[in-house]
Amino acid sequence: MSKFGKKKKPMPAVNTASLPDIVFMLLFFFMVTTVMRETNLKIQNPTLPNATEVKKLEHKSLVSTIYVGKAKEEKFGKGDKIQLNDKIATADDITAFIYNERSQRSEAEHPYMTTSIKADIKSSFGTISDIKLKLRDVNALKLSLSSRKAEEIKQ
Amino acid sequence: MARRETPEINAGSMADIAFLLLIFFLVTTTMDVDSGISKKLSEKPPKDYVPPVIKERNIFEVNINRNNELLVEGETMKVVELKEAAMKFIDNGGGDGKIVDGVSTGACDYCKGDKNTASSDHPNKAIISVQSDRGTEYGMYIKVQNELLRAYTELRNRLALDKYNTSYDVLEKAYKKDRKNEELKAKVEFIKTSYPQIISDAEPSSAN
Repeated sequence: MSKFGKKKKPMPAVNTASLPDIVFMLLFFFMVTTVMRETNLKIQNPTLPNATEVKKLEHKSLVSTIYVGKAKEEKFGKGDKIQLNDKIATADDITAFIYNERSQRSEAEHPYMTTSIKADIKSSFGTISDIKLKLRDVNALKLSLSSRKAEEIKQ
Repeated sequence: MARRETPEINAGSMADIAFLLLIFFLVTTTMDVDSGISKKLSEKPPKDYVPPVIKERNIFEVNINRNNELLVEGETMKVVELKEAAMKFIDNGGGDGKIVDGVSTGACDYCKGDKNTASSDHPNKAIISVQSDRGTEYGMYIKVQNELLRAYTELRNRLALDKYNTSYDVLEKAYKKDRKNEELKAKVEFIKTSYPQIISDAEPSSAN
């Protein structure tokens, strides 16, 4: 057939002049959206539990996070450790931690402040309960038990 | 010295540099949104506080021991069965509801339970009490909380489907987008108060 019998023309080179522009656009997008982790984890990165009934935390600036898990370094000893900001702390320090967090926000925002507990699934409930009691003492009643969204829980 | 023409800078490698940066940011970006099971802690009771007397049949007792085993209303149970059991308890509707602002809410007219007189009176009286041990694994505790919340979600969805022909999830999402919509607000509030989530965490028993 004559249509296929034609001589092939040399392929024209694709113009790549706009490639840097596209790449820059993507670059700026990722630069803007990137959030660098502010706290250094002193505990092992917690494996969060899975749950289906999770709610998103809406105001990120009003969330203070408490980490619970096993310490990375051995000098802190075994067992569950609580991390506030950059330090391994005890449950008694939570009072000061919450007051400190409150002082950084305006008075009107205090009722909307949420505490997010990021705890490892292997940690014991006793530690979580200690934290809860301390939070109740300082009237920080909104709590979020951080867990990953799952469609279906495997039993 | 004679001025020389400034040579043009070769921009050919700019794309490479940009790519390098792009890949760096691609790798470091974490787009995780913090999500979790939200809980509202109860306020600290005053020292001379006497807890109100609650009928035994309005309390659904869930115990988790330190071996992560479940005891529900005195019987061992698997986590998979918990949702059904909780739904049955909440939706029982065996009596009158609690008194709000001096007006009795009356019998539960939307409940589809057994109307068993040995189980809860009304969804707004039904209390789920979770008692865990200090040694209970946190993962197990979350699983139980999740199952209980699922029971509530399913009941709420059912009621919303019956009443408004949309599920509660859809209603709530629509309300979140449009907070000024009074009609939606009333609907969401109605469903919420029809099946209020009353899950109380008892103080854990200590592990020795």
